[in-house]
Amino acid sequence: MALARPEALLIGDVLEVLTFQGGYNTNAVLVGSAMLGLAAGVVGVFALLRKRSLVADAIGHATLPGIVIAFLIAVMLGASGRSLPVLLLGAAVSAAMAVLGIFGILKYTRLREDAAIGIVLGVFFGVGVVLLSYVQRPENVTASPAGLHHFIYGQTAAMRAGDAMLMAGIALSAVVVTAVMFKELALASFNDDYARVAGFPVSLLDGLMLGLVVLVTVAGLQAVGLILVIALLIIPPVAARLWTDRLLPLMLISGGLGALSGYIGAATSALLPRAPAGSVIVLCGGGVFVLSLLIAPKHGVVAMAGRRAVQRLRIAGEHLLEAAYEHDVSRKGDTTIPARTIRAMERLWGWPIWLGPMVIAGLRRRGHLQRTSDGYELTTTGAARGARIARNHQLWEQYLQTYADVAPGHVDWSADTVEHVLSPELVAELEAALKAKGALP
Amino acid sequence: MTLTPTGDLFPLLAAVLAALCCGLLGNFLVLRRLSLMGDAMSHSVLPGLVIAFMLTGSRTAPVMFLGATLAGVATVVLVELIKRLGRVESGAAMGVVFSVLFALGVLFIERAARNTDLDANCVLHGQLESLVWWDGPASWSGVAISGLVEAAPPQIWTLTITCGLTIALVVALYKELRLAAFDPALATAQGFSATLLHYVLMIFVAGATVAAFEAVGSILVIAMLIVPAATARLLTDRLAPQLLVSVAVAIAAAAMGYMGSIAVPHAFNKPEVNAAGSMAIMLGVLLSLAAVFGPRYGVLATATRRSRMARRIELDDLLGRLYRQEEAETATVPAPRRAIKRARRRGLVAPDRLALTDDGRARAAALVRRHRLWEAYLVDRAGLAADHVHDPAENLEHLPEALPPEMGETDPHGRPIPPI
Repeated sequence: MALARPEALLIGDVLEVLTFQGGYNTNAVLVGSAMLGLAAGVVGVFALLRKRSLVADAIGHATLPGIVIAFLIAVMLGASGRSLPVLLLGAAVSAAMAVLGIFGILKYTRLREDAAIGIVLGVFFGVGVVLLSYVQRPENVTASPAGLHHFIYGQTAAMRAGDAMLMAGIALSAVVVTAVMFKELALASFNDDYARVAGFPVSLLDGLMLGLVVLVTVAGLQAVGLILVIALLIIPPVAARLWTDRLLPLMLISGGLGALSGYIGAATSALLPRAPAGSVIVLCGGGVFVLSLLIAPKHGVVAMAGRRAVQRLRIAGEHLLEAAYEHDVSRKGDTTIPARTIRAMERLWGWPIWLGPMVIAGLRRRGHLQRTSDGYELTTTGAARGARIARNHQLWEQYLQTYADVAPGHVDWSADTVEHVLSPELVAELEAALKAKGALP
Repeated sequence: MTLTPTGDLFPLLAAVLAALCCGLLGNFLVLRRLSLMGDAMSHSVLPGLVIAFMLTGSRTAPVMFLGATLAGVATVVLVELIKRLGRVESGAAMGVVFSVLFALGVLFIERAARNTDLDANCVLHGQLESLVWWDGPASWSGVAISGLVEAAPPQIWTLTITCGLTIALVVALYKELRLAAFDPALATAQGFSATLLHYVLMIFVAGATVAAFEAVGSILVIAMLIVPAATARLLTDRLAPQLLVSVAVAIAAAAMGYMGSIAVPHAFNKPEVNAAGSMAIMLGVLLSLAAVFGPRYGVLATATRRSRMARRIELDDLLGRLYRQEEAETATVPAPRRAIKRARRRGLVAPDRLALTDDGRARAAALVRRHRLWEAYLVDRAGLAADHVHDPAENLEHLPEALPPEMGETDPHGRPIPPI
């Protein structure tokens, strides 16, 4: 790409590339990388769901011997050996053999999948390295094998528009096949037993899925190289998994994240000299993953911690109301809670110092508690809430004793956790059931 | 082909040492289904090396070793973290971690460490061929231990120390490692932490990966960790033989691969090829041999056992059918010709017509006896319905070593159980 130059970058350069004004070649590579990312993200979801992510690693490494053999054959037949389609065909053939190798090991020996993947990866790559060392000696092969080793780490700098189109074409075909076969692939990856019983050819679908992985791998060889192509297939789906639990959104998000990393990665590598596109694309994916891990609203670390904190505050507040109600309101009709009682409760429950004030603030905001001269006082709504929780607690205890045959001494702890999550419907049901047994508290 | 001390002694020694420690540690990875941890480690070694180099500017063995080992440990920790936070299985978590770390390594190499001899290609292929003993003796008889110790390059020392520590670990913690490999929960229940042991093992794997890969390249490390242990797994069921076999396989593959990388191309008048790669190929060959010819789990042995069993069942079925025919005096039913021929050859069926000989009748009676005993047993003791017991009995009758207890005179269908 023409833009790679050693001097400092200007904002203008960045915008130029990102908005597709960096010249025909650059644009083609950007679009191609985005397509590749999209296809890898989409296909990778199935690999992740089938717990086959690392098969993709073996597939990637196993393309090396195929590339070198295709080069040797092309040279032997008098061709240049540089023809990209021929090399990619060789890569696809040896990748397919690697898949067969893994399944052969699983079928005919007692070795497990992890060992099978490692064996195929190591041995195929060993063959590739030996062949590569053979063709790199000029006395062995007349044609220059320059460029073959670019397939290992990837090299977009040397990509021409035509190569990028080929990459985009292969990637798009994988997306189209996935879209057409979506229902079948989804079924086979979630519940293969059911799919088999329902008459779907599950092994064929498995083969198709791995075929798609091979397709994406081969498409990605030029841009990211055979070692890192696995990252494209794994990182976007794992990141997308943090955003959603449903398959279709999962695929869309994964494809989107993949396309984004491909696009930004290729653009960055076009701007920075000596930044191999493969690594940059993968690192963009890694960045997207870390970001997702932090901020994804569904399973992101921040969202989870927030939800857990809210839950903890709510439960602590409910415990306080319940204790106040049980201890003073129901026995003595006394709704005041002196500050020292609260301190005693905090000690009893082992609350950290910050929790008490937050809990009280929350209860006051909701109007369950109000301030008095020497502490707090339960409001009517607060007392009612405390009563309801105490009742839930008793209901559950009674239910465990009556229906689950749990000893009376063992029910308090369990009820303490369950009381916070009983829905009104469940409470009604419990009341009905216990009434029928004559055990309503 | 002739090997010389100058060109071949240190490469061969490095290969054998790398094979020894990787092959030994690999057993515990394969048994715990953690094979791909080796894959992950060997990929994340690269950024460890580069970062250590960038921080210290030194390319000495201890610095490199420390950096790469730390990277290996970081890999293990990150994989655990992502597994837990990202709610994915360990394979995917490993993939995320090692590919990102490797990408980081490649980027750093390209941008920062360009002018040094840290080369991304060396990382993959190893640099065995560069371990030349420049002023080494011209013949093998001239090799003396003292000279060897003096001249050994740092890679050899690193490998020797790693090997020593690895062997010491396996010997000292053999019992614990064995228990943790087969039943980590029991190990923890017995009072030593399987998790701690896991981390110790992982640190050793990281160390072995680092020590080995500088000499033989990161890909061979994966192959050396996994393939010897997998080969041994196909040949034996017990841990001690498994360890010995795997080490033998690893060393044999290292030596044969190294020599093959010279001898085979030379036979075709070509220059030698990459030694590390050809060791990986040799490992593949040994594994295939074990998979095909293994005495117990090999494909051939299994196939032979199966076909012998199939032939016996065919013969049994023919005899059983003829026996029941005689019993009920019904018409002849067709039987596979192969089985008839075999029965005649053994004198179990009359040569001129399709009828049992006395020998045949005795064997058939024993078979039908087993069948009907099983039927009676399944109805009486296992509570199955009488019309559901034929199929299981049909399978069980072929196992003469498994005989149900005496069950009376007749089977559930009222047919007599032939006496012994």
